[in-house]
Amino acid sequence: MTAAPARLTLEGIVKRFGTFRANDNVSLKIAKGSIHAILGENGAGKSTLMNVIYGLYEQDGGRILSNGKEVRITDPREAMALGIGMVHQHFKQVNTMSVVENVVLGLPGRQILNLDEDRRRIKELADELGSEIDPDQPMWTLPIGTQQRVEILKMLYRDADLLILDEPTSVLTPTEIKAFFVLLEKLRESGRTILLITHKLDEVMDLADRVTVMRLGRVEAELEIANTTPRELARVMVGRDVVFDIQHAPPKVGDPVLELDEITAVDDRGIGALHGLSLTVRGGEILGIVGIDGNGQGELAEAIAGLRSISQGRIAICGQDASGFDPSERKSVLKMGYVPEDRQKVGLDLDSDIAFNMVLRSFRAPPFSKYGWIDFKKIRAHAVDLAERYDIRMQSVSQRVRDLSGGNQQKIILAREIEDNPKLLVVAQPTKGLDVGAIEFVQRTLLAQRDQGTGVLYISSELEELLLVADRLAVIFKGRIIGDMPASEATSEKLGLLMTGRELA
Amino acid sequence: MFDFLIDPVQLANVLGTALRLSIPLIFAAMGGLLCERSGVFNIALEGQILFGAFGAAVGAFYFGSAYGGLVIAIAFGAASGLLLAVLGITLRVNQIVVGIAIILFATGFTSFMSRLLFPGGGNSLKLDGFSNIDIPLLSDIPILGPVLFSQNGLVYVAIFSVFAVHFVLFRTRVGMSIRAVGESPAAADAAGIHVFALRYACVIIGSSLAALGGAYLVLTQVLLFSDNISAGKGFIALAAIVLGRWQPSIAFMACLLFGLFDAVQLRMQFDQPDIPYQVFAALPYLVAILALVGLMGQANPPSSVGRPYDREMR
Amino acid sequence: MSSETLTDARTSRLLTVIRVIYMLKTVWAVIVALLIGAIFILLAGGDPIEGYTALFKGAFLDYWGIGDTLVRMSPLLLAGLAVIIPLRAGLFNIGAEGQIYIGALFATIAALYLPGFLPGWIRIILCMMAGALGGGMWAAIPGLLKAYRGTNEIITSLLLSYVAIYLIGAVLHAWLIEPGAPYPYSREIDKSLELPIFMPRTQAHVGIMVAWAAAILVAVMLWRTTLGQAIQVVGHNKHASSYAGLSVKRLTVLSFAMGGAMGGLAGTFEVLGLKYRLFDHFSPGYGMQGIIVAFLAALNPIGAIFAAIFLAGLQVGAGSMQRATGIDTTMVAALQGLVVLCVAVGLAFKFHPDRWRRRIAAWRGNE
Repeated sequence: MTAAPARLTLEGIVKRFGTFRANDNVSLKIAKGSIHAILGENGAGKSTLMNVIYGLYEQDGGRILSNGKEVRITDPREAMALGIGMVHQHFKQVNTMSVVENVVLGLPGRQILNLDEDRRRIKELADELGSEIDPDQPMWTLPIGTQQRVEILKMLYRDADLLILDEPTSVLTPTEIKAFFVLLEKLRESGRTILLITHKLDEVMDLADRVTVMRLGRVEAELEIANTTPRELARVMVGRDVVFDIQHAPPKVGDPVLELDEITAVDDRGIGALHGLSLTVRGGEILGIVGIDGNGQGELAEAIAGLRSISQGRIAICGQDASGFDPSERKSVLKMGYVPEDRQKVGLDLDSDIAFNMVLRSFRAPPFSKYGWIDFKKIRAHAVDLAERYDIRMQSVSQRVRDLSGGNQQKIILAREIEDNPKLLVVAQPTKGLDVGAIEFVQRTLLAQRDQGTGVLYISSELEELLLVADRLAVIFKGRIIGDMPASEATSEKLGLLMTGRELA
Repeated sequence: MFDFLIDPVQLANVLGTALRLSIPLIFAAMGGLLCERSGVFNIALEGQILFGAFGAAVGAFYFGSAYGGLVIAIAFGAASGLLLAVLGITLRVNQIVVGIAIILFATGFTSFMSRLLFPGGGNSLKLDGFSNIDIPLLSDIPILGPVLFSQNGLVYVAIFSVFAVHFVLFRTRVGMSIRAVGESPAAADAAGIHVFALRYACVIIGSSLAALGGAYLVLTQVLLFSDNISAGKGFIALAAIVLGRWQPSIAFMACLLFGLFDAVQLRMQFDQPDIPYQVFAALPYLVAILALVGLMGQANPPSSVGRPYDREMR
Repeated sequence: MSSETLTDARTSRLLTVIRVIYMLKTVWAVIVALLIGAIFILLAGGDPIEGYTALFKGAFLDYWGIGDTLVRMSPLLLAGLAVIIPLRAGLFNIGAEGQIYIGALFATIAALYLPGFLPGWIRIILCMMAGALGGGMWAAIPGLLKAYRGTNEIITSLLLSYVAIYLIGAVLHAWLIEPGAPYPYSREIDKSLELPIFMPRTQAHVGIMVAWAAAILVAVMLWRTTLGQAIQVVGHNKHASSYAGLSVKRLTVLSFAMGGAMGGLAGTFEVLGLKYRLFDHFSPGYGMQGIIVAFLAALNPIGAIFAAIFLAGLQVGAGSMQRATGIDTTMVAALQGLVVLCVAVGLAFKFHPDRWRRRIAAWRGNE
């Protein structure tokens, strides 16, 4: 392997955000024609590194060598000129435009548009990759897997021979992942180099030739796949031996705290998202909702929280019909806590301080206000108390929430939603974007709630996480629950089939 | 009350007036549309019309020629666009705040400067203006010909600007990039498009177009400068953009519609001296509001309009 | 004590100084605007120092000047509040001008037609309520359109101003006009409804004090009540507001209406306190100048008092400046535009302690 020349070499890359070092002296060497993986937890600095390579961020120190020559990449244009193409985790595409427009966007050419030639070449390239793509379809109408192929095609169209793929499988179904792996093999055979950014161990083991493991912005190890084991990789990635499951006692299941009966709702564009969905959560258990993103999970959470109206069906919380209760009444009267998926856009008022965010959903009622007057003393005292109990790292409770880390922001939401002992807790993607320590904190907190008798509805697209924490799993597909089982009986294979809509016989 | 609709000569007159009144709206709407398509909210149109009018008066006064007026008007428009771009794109100040600031500055600056530069103030000017150009053949059409096809050059420029903006946006490579930048600057950036440069260009050109609207008022209609000559036209143009769903051709028709209502109300003021003229004068503004409200099935503006782009946003 | 903690202490002192410099950025903006304004005066052939001195003396150092400044301050402050309240909810009310006119209209009608047997002070209060109601209802229109139709409130509120101004003209023409008047103004209101003057021999009426009280009330409302907090959460983040159980729609309409009520009061006092009649085109653009007040005050209602006094002083002092140096009073209009432009530029400068800490460290390193 060492015989192949290096396609790209990084030497001592440093990138800072404020005082935080997102990349600290990162060095690595990627051999031509290989699949090289960069493995690391969320917040390990992988995406930052990629953005440095691609010229979206400028490094504060270190050198980049492309094909052995030192280069300065301050702009994606320069990266592309060097044959480096990138497929971002969140696709960089213009949804309202067609495939062909997206592909040729930014390429030089005659000013007066004539895309016939481009259409032909795109079809050719698509055939070569073994996929069926209509160049004139608007981007937003395509399935996610196809959109990703267009992104790759876009890079190949620009003659990229080094492809950077950032968490490429996170949006794909298990079947799509298989096809995607085949595609990557094909690309490697054609002599292209692939840099794969991921936090998934099995992917690295299945695909990569070499792997660089990152943690907290630093390179921890660079290993040949043939000479390593998943266990070793996991240990290096997390920085200690990983216990692959959290110990938890069997659930003491109580009465139903949430009953959904055939509920129907539409998404923001007015398209049906939930089609007669039914489920029950009992006190003292964690019900995990498994599914590929975009099958109605977000709408489900919002409907239960009262943020989205349902057109049919019935939602009962602790046996009481929830219609007629607004989101804050569902918290105060029906005893339901809700941790929304997008904590910055929905869960918090980033421009207010910590103290106020702790009472965001209750400041209009006693004891925090009386006759319309706010009692800031009580609010502050309340916040100081919670911040201590939930170990929120801050300078003071008057600090703006915007300036806190994601983990601390999530702790504020959890503290607020849990502190008045809810009977039902709905959490959506609660660990998204958090580092390992924060993820553990969140999971432990939820388990502790469960042990106190709270019923938890845990919506996540991280299968491993649900297998770890949940007592029971239900699979959501196209707005309906198409199967459920105790977590002890669940396997990735079984769930994978259900997730793609194949009901078990 | 609507007798003028029956008499062809009078009707043609009203249509001619409608066209003349819609020209500043068309300039401003095309300018604003270009800015918004590139992702910059240009609420300063009102101030830019005012700047254009003032610049036209200055140029025509000092150079003694309407063309001189045109050049200075464009310079003022471009300068105000540059200001909006530096503050709203590079420094990322809220674009609405910047727009309002430009309007307020334009109001005070032009009213002071017109007293300073013009002997006896802008009101007593008698500027050199543009004369009408007959389009061969078409202008010979009876009744309609003279009112529609014998206009000054700026009218033709305004109508040409509609075609030009449409052509650039939808038929050229740079137009595709502009649309991409307005929809998703991050995607455009990743595709190697210069987001800032493109936005700067659109804002400066768009602002210059809006200024032409003011130049038209001064150089072809009143031949003098008076305070606040823009009289809300910039905001009516903003309404036309929304009504036109960010499509040049539809926005153009919206401008014509507003111009038509203005012409009709002027006619009615003239025909109905017993009714307070204000009842009619309020009509164009009311129509613009009603048109905005009645807009069925909300049209979506370019997704990134008004949001400064920051590549390193985390 | 180690040298390191000493450096730390010095760094944090320096940071405090820099923070204060940033906090005062409105002051810097005003100074820069005045400096650019000085160039204008030079261009006009005047002496800036002489001009500004005359302006300042005329506005703030002269008994009658102070009276005039306060009289001007009242509509400016109320118009500023009309902008501040909705903007705290993230909504741009640039149509305060129209709300001022409608408020004045409602107050005038009340003043002319309220039954005479009621004591004067009760009728004054009713007139004020009518004015506030008129302005509030007028402002509720763009609020409602925004909340329930998603119509851009900037466009509608401004266009409605033109409608309001024409509406006043039409009503004057058709109904309220003083018979035989050379140009449109209404009949005079009853003597008992004229607001008391609190500075003898000036026009300084008690409406000015009401305006101050209004500013303080708005501040209390914003900072001490659940309603004010709710408005600000809506201004920060609409999604989080719904999550918190707030009705974004209701608060949109309400904040607009409250702002409009302030504008309505401004119009009311122009009639009851100053002109004693409703005049066509009586406002020299107070509504738009209210935006300058709001920005200058950084949306702080108490700050708005000082911003309004400053702006009123400029406008009143302009006359003295013209008499002293021959510079046209519209110079002040240009100056106001410059002020708001410089304040807008100032918004680009935000205090980043971390960046400054690093910069300071770099300087120390070079020493």
